[in-house]
Amino acid sequence: MSKQHVRIRINGREYQGEVEPRKLLVDFIRDDLGLTGTHVGCEHGVCGACTIVLNNETVRSCLMFAVQADGAELKTVEGLAPNATELHPLQESFWELHGLQCGFCTPGILLTAEALLKELPDPTDHEIREWISGNLCRCTGYQNIVAAIQDAAKKMEAARKSA
Amino acid sequence: MKPAPFDYYEPRTVGETLTLLAQFNETGKLLAGGQSLVPMMNMRLARPAQVIDLNRLSELDYLKVEDGELRIGAMTRQRTLERSVVVREGWPLLQEATRYIGHVQIRNRGTVGGSLAHAFPSAELPVAMTTLNASFVLRSAQKERVVSAQEFFVDVMTTALDSEELLVEARVPRLPTGTGYSFQEVSRRHGDFALAGVAVLLALDTDSKISYARLAFTGPTPIRGAKAEAILLGQKSSETLFREAAQRATEGLEQDSDIHASAEYRRHVCGVLARRACAEAAARATPGASR
Repeated sequence: MSKQHVRIRINGREYQGEVEPRKLLVDFIRDDLGLTGTHVGCEHGVCGACTIVLNNETVRSCLMFAVQADGAELKTVEGLAPNATELHPLQESFWELHGLQCGFCTPGILLTAEALLKELPDPTDHEIREWISGNLCRCTGYQNIVAAIQDAAKKMEAARKSA
Repeated sequence: MKPAPFDYYEPRTVGETLTLLAQFNETGKLLAGGQSLVPMMNMRLARPAQVIDLNRLSELDYLKVEDGELRIGAMTRQRTLERSVVVREGWPLLQEATRYIGHVQIRNRGTVGGSLAHAFPSAELPVAMTTLNASFVLRSAQKERVVSAQEFFVDVMTTALDSEELLVEARVPRLPTGTGYSFQEVSRRHGDFALAGVAVLLALDTDSKISYARLAFTGPTPIRGAKAEAILLGQKSSETLFREAAQRATEGLEQDSDIHASAEYRRHVCGVLARRACAEAAARATPGASR
């Protein structure tokens, strides 16, 4: 089938492209647009590395076609930090508390954790583990990921109070 | 891994969808949330020549209560069901079952209709819908019919849907007031496919006698525990009774063996879960609330 035109807003910027319908959204984001912060792991919806935010909900970008995101609003890990010199509190906490080793799973986990803290600003360890159950990490054993998300929740709570 | 090429259709109305389905039912596939179909396409286990994407059908994305029934549009996301106050208050079994489906990212995209039409053996929604005595509205370009959950699930990944039919709505009857519920499953890791699962609904009269009982297990298709229901009805709720009902319900229960677990193991776990689920449902029931 001939290529189709798609127009997607990602991290507040508009991107366009011509894609075959079979092109996965993650491949469009990485290969066509060069936004390689989104990682691609298992390509069948198990590992969560390709997690992005589609119209305010986290989804697996390997289980969607780029044509399906035409007209949508996306956020990838590149859009998490507020500007070029500051990090998001989650990124700071992951850095400080060693919430990653190889970093392959990190983009997906950060976006999942962001969605978690929006819904549950003060989560229990159990709630964190349930939320990140769809994101596989083969390095850390998850301990420091959970600790980093807890730490970020506290930072964000403190920031809200002082605001 | 990349899917094989296909022609992509993006209908905006159910009418348009049914026309496309009538044209391409032999070679095409309907795409709902894509959480099962797209992995199969990525691995080229599925190679549809046409993909008819249902995601622009906003008319099938709704939750409403009509004539006392919960009506769920087929393209309602599983996460919408999970978050709905109406579902939590009136049909909490559905909410509890939904929380076992995959992970948040899967439920954000996965749909109610997609899960039902896929009819995967360990899936939660088919078991919950069977227990709740739900029915499904199936529509083709020519006609519309309503099929009960029990008739709908025919075999492993096989339903009563004709090749030109689209599942458009699930209808879930209201439960007796004060009905207790429980959904339990065992999987190797959180969010994995269930090795065994069970859904239970129990209502109690003022003497804690069971006045309403429905039970279903995961299996090749959802399996009603009619034997257990017969044992439970009219009896006083007790641990001994639940043990007996669970045991009788799982005697000769049809289960499959595969790389993950033997049929014998699954039967055993179904029994254990049924006992626990009966106890939990009874504890959650309000005695004497239903008449």
